[in-house]
Amino acid sequence: MLLDVSGLSIAYKGLEALHGVSLHIEEGELVSVIGANGAGKTTLLQSLIGWQQPSGGIVSFNGRDITGERSHIRARLGIRIVPEKARVFTRLTVHENLMMGAYGMSGRREKMAVRDSLRRLYSLFPVLERRSGQLASTLSGGEQQQLSIARACISAPKLLLVDEVSMGLMPILVDQVFELLAQLNREEGLTILLVEQNALASLKISHRAYVLETGDIVLEGEADRMLNDERIREAYLGI
Amino acid sequence: MDYFATVATLIVIQAIAACGLNVIVGYAGQISLGHAAFFGIGAYASAMLTTKAGLTFWQALPAALLITMLLGFLLGLPSLRVREDFLAITTIGINFIVEAVFIYTPFFGGALGIGGIPRVVVMGGRLGNNQFLALCLVFLVLSLALCRQFARAWAGLACFAVREDETAASSMGISPVRAKLSAFVLGTGMAGLAGTLYAHYARFISAGDFGFPVSISIMSMVVLGGMGTLFGPLLGAMIIGILPEIFRPLIDYRMFIYSVLLLLMIRFQPGGLLGDSSLVVGLLKSLKKLVKPKNIANPREIGGDGDV
Repeated sequence: MLLDVSGLSIAYKGLEALHGVSLHIEEGELVSVIGANGAGKTTLLQSLIGWQQPSGGIVSFNGRDITGERSHIRARLGIRIVPEKARVFTRLTVHENLMMGAYGMSGRREKMAVRDSLRRLYSLFPVLERRSGQLASTLSGGEQQQLSIARACISAPKLLLVDEVSMGLMPILVDQVFELLAQLNREEGLTILLVEQNALASLKISHRAYVLETGDIVLEGEADRMLNDERIREAYLGI
Repeated sequence: MDYFATVATLIVIQAIAACGLNVIVGYAGQISLGHAAFFGIGAYASAMLTTKAGLTFWQALPAALLITMLLGFLLGLPSLRVREDFLAITTIGINFIVEAVFIYTPFFGGALGIGGIPRVVVMGGRLGNNQFLALCLVFLVLSLALCRQFARAWAGLACFAVREDETAASSMGISPVRAKLSAFVLGTGMAGLAGTLYAHYARFISAGDFGFPVSISIMSMVVLGGMGTLFGPLLGAMIIGILPEIFRPLIDYRMFIYSVLLLLMIRFQPGGLLGDSSLVVGLLKSLKKLVKPKNIANPREIGGDGDV
């Protein structure tokens, strides 16, 4: 098991946003957590990268307890995040942003690996290559989202957390970005945890899914089965 | 030419201190309004070591640098955990405390300061004014080279990322505390270097030389020239150093002129004279285009291997 979360609780000023959430991810899986606005999806991801400290529960990664670790330690263990609203470094160039994703890589082998993944990412995101010398602030929302994904992937992470990647994107871009994530999972074996309001799009590319409702996991299972589940269709897919 | 050498030496020394502040404020985005404290610590350390312990300038210099950087580290550790306005207030506090320690401790010469600081001796000969100016210029070039190197190294990139978005940076394996501390220690080290040079230039120092107004003046240089640019602090130091000489009759209104200048800069050119969207840089670029009309926007090498 790559990621094992058990009984995770998070409270803001005494108000609990997550009440003992448990989930797990195997290596190579693409798992999504779907739920409405305010269900606690982002809170869940932020606690997994270490931006939120849990009030209870245990998070273990690759068999190691990381519940209390700070985010830069988690990043070094191989957990990366594509945060909500991309959060690229706007006053740095596209190339520099990508290099930040490879922060701390030194030595010949690592440098070679970074150069290889940079080449691969540039072929996946040709627009980033064309704009590599431009400031990230000059990119459109969709391009920033692509940059954010590329920045998170350049270090060849073991687990990629993706937070509301569809938000603020044009519908056509949403499909492209989801197809890309599916491709990264299929071809590179990248393990992905996707948190989404766009349930249909994310279920289509996922192996398994969890449904989060006001801080509790209310349903879990195969993504295909969820797509056909009456309750899901009614509540989240609007079909 | 003594007048020229005197003014120029002071400008160069202040430029070194401003370069150091630029690493902290411009590169790492941490407001420090107490930079003069570290300027003073360097000056006092070197003054004490040469007058009381009998060291030469060359022996005292590395020791003074180490002392300043160590104190920078110790004072930075708690300060850098607070952000923005609180950091500004904390660093102002550090400035006043350090100044007070110099004034009220008899060990540091109290209100009388320290006099009789020896001149710098190179190969058996005392340096004259022009030679000392040359020495200061050498140190300025070294400082600029160091800043440039830092900005290209991982440590520098980490600082830029922390300046832009501390939380996002942390999810890339960057420890924000470490990045800020590295900038703070390097920046205070350069203030210490400037302080040491100042002590051996003035040859008499007292706590008043390192008060809060000096911090403001160094900050003005950085803001005026362009925070986060390599040569901005140098340009700022030159302008702020030369202006009072040109406008001697207006000396009483100096602080007023600084403030107006600073406010105008922040309002109309927040990036400074050499910063982003700067009028001066824009003008130079369009002049260049006139000269070389076929110049296409800089073609960047694919994968740009320099930074990996």
